[in-house]
Amino acid sequence: MARTVLPFGPQHPVLPEPMHLTLAVEDEIVREAIPKLGYVHRGLEKLAEIRDHTQMIQIVERVCGICSTLHALCYCQGIEALMNVEVPPRARFLRVVWAEMHRIHSHLLWLGLFADAFGFESLFMQFWRIRERIMDLQEATSGNRVIVSVNLVGGVKRDIEPDTERWILDTLKIVEKEVLQLKSTIMDDFTVKRRTVGKGVLTQERAYELGAAGPTLRASGIAQDMRQTGYAAYGELDFTPVIETDGDCYARTVCRFNEIFQAIDLIRQAFAKLPQGELAVKPKGLPNGEVVSRVEQPRGEVLYYLKGTGKKFLDRLRIRTPTFANIPPLLEMLPGCDLADVPVLILTIDPCISCTER
Amino acid sequence: MKSLINKSRVKSPWLIHFDCGSCNGCDIEVLACLTPVYDIERFGILNVGNPKHADILLVTGTVNHRNKKALKNVYDQMPEPKVVVAIGACGTTGGVFREAYNVVGGVDKVIPVDAYVSGCAPKPEAIIDGVIIALGKLAEKGKRVDQGIFERLEQTQTNIKKR
Repeated sequence: MARTVLPFGPQHPVLPEPMHLTLAVEDEIVREAIPKLGYVHRGLEKLAEIRDHTQMIQIVERVCGICSTLHALCYCQGIEALMNVEVPPRARFLRVVWAEMHRIHSHLLWLGLFADAFGFESLFMQFWRIRERIMDLQEATSGNRVIVSVNLVGGVKRDIEPDTERWILDTLKIVEKEVLQLKSTIMDDFTVKRRTVGKGVLTQERAYELGAAGPTLRASGIAQDMRQTGYAAYGELDFTPVIETDGDCYARTVCRFNEIFQAIDLIRQAFAKLPQGELAVKPKGLPNGEVVSRVEQPRGEVLYYLKGTGKKFLDRLRIRTPTFANIPPLLEMLPGCDLADVPVLILTIDPCISCTER
Repeated sequence: MKSLINKSRVKSPWLIHFDCGSCNGCDIEVLACLTPVYDIERFGILNVGNPKHADILLVTGTVNHRNKKALKNVYDQMPEPKVVVAIGACGTTGGVFREAYNVVGGVDKVIPVDAYVSGCAPKPEAIIDGVIIALGKLAEKGKRVDQGIFERLEQTQTNIKKR
């Protein structure tokens, strides 16, 4: 049959964000996919010229609402490296707590949206119901449900009191139990398996060549995680990356599902080792020099390049986000798949378009 | 008959969500409204994917030069009466991004807005509140649209007969 061209997006029920794909299909089989981006581009890297380096924390938090605190963490670590600030140990451990809390909420959100992509709406509701517990924790500890604004240059703004700590640990126990209850539904269900097993296979070699990041890379069997570099307090915690070897949609789901438990474990470890002491040090001087700061987000590795010239304003800010790295693997997966699998495959890389386009 | 149409329209409005240039913060809060803890479906509010089915347009995020056409397009496809709710600091004024080069500003620069929800990101309760305010306006607009609907129908039928 002759080729038909189908537009997918920018406004599409399965995508919470505007992204456009031009799909060339033969019968029901996708032969080619061409992405068109730029619907969310705001140009916030340029804002570094009119906002000083401390005001930029609030801007980078709004690169993406789902991984807000991790963007701020990455940015603050870069500025701290430029200004030679030693972050107090308590602040480093608290950063881990908030970062992992964010990872749990992001993965639960993704599992829900993924279930919705293949039409399993009750599972979507279940995952989002559990997620609300994490949102409550975030609101209680940081003051906002989504934009968790806790990072400062030189430490963190807020403390977690022992009472709150106990409450967080109790809630995590409930979350762990409830997520485990859904394990058989997402992993052993016949229908779910038919939609995910063997779909969108990304081999280990191709994942590495195309520069995939995060769970997309780890589900193809490459144990690469920025947390291994030991930023914040990860160096002092027991951590090994979660990997899967199949490289299909099912492997990526299992990988993210297991990362929830790993994140819960990391929060427990961080609280067990949480040292006493001050929360932040006052930084002296102004950022001068160049630095590359890398942090593991729920979606993969984010890279910040910062250049300061000893002024209040940064000379250059460059953000490279995980979804940008994961679009080439997506375009590798799409040709040859069924048209009905396109939403599943797009969601399997956990796209965050506002990150990508900034 | 007229009042019945309007009443059912307000009692069970269907909404469509369009993400302009949002950071996802507001989007996930809009989605959270649909999930068990907030559950706006108990008010008869349904999230749809097709603008032709929708009464309420929820817009999150700043408008930029590329997506303003897409936003206008979605708005134009919606049948009358329709209301628009701008969500979040970005949707109302442009928020922290108002000075960025690719940002036009709030949603009201492109399409008329009936209710504004402030906050970055607004809590789901605030979004539900904004939708309720918009529903009042939907009822008013509905009355205006319904006025003369039967007269107009008769007019069309006589026109057809004349031909």
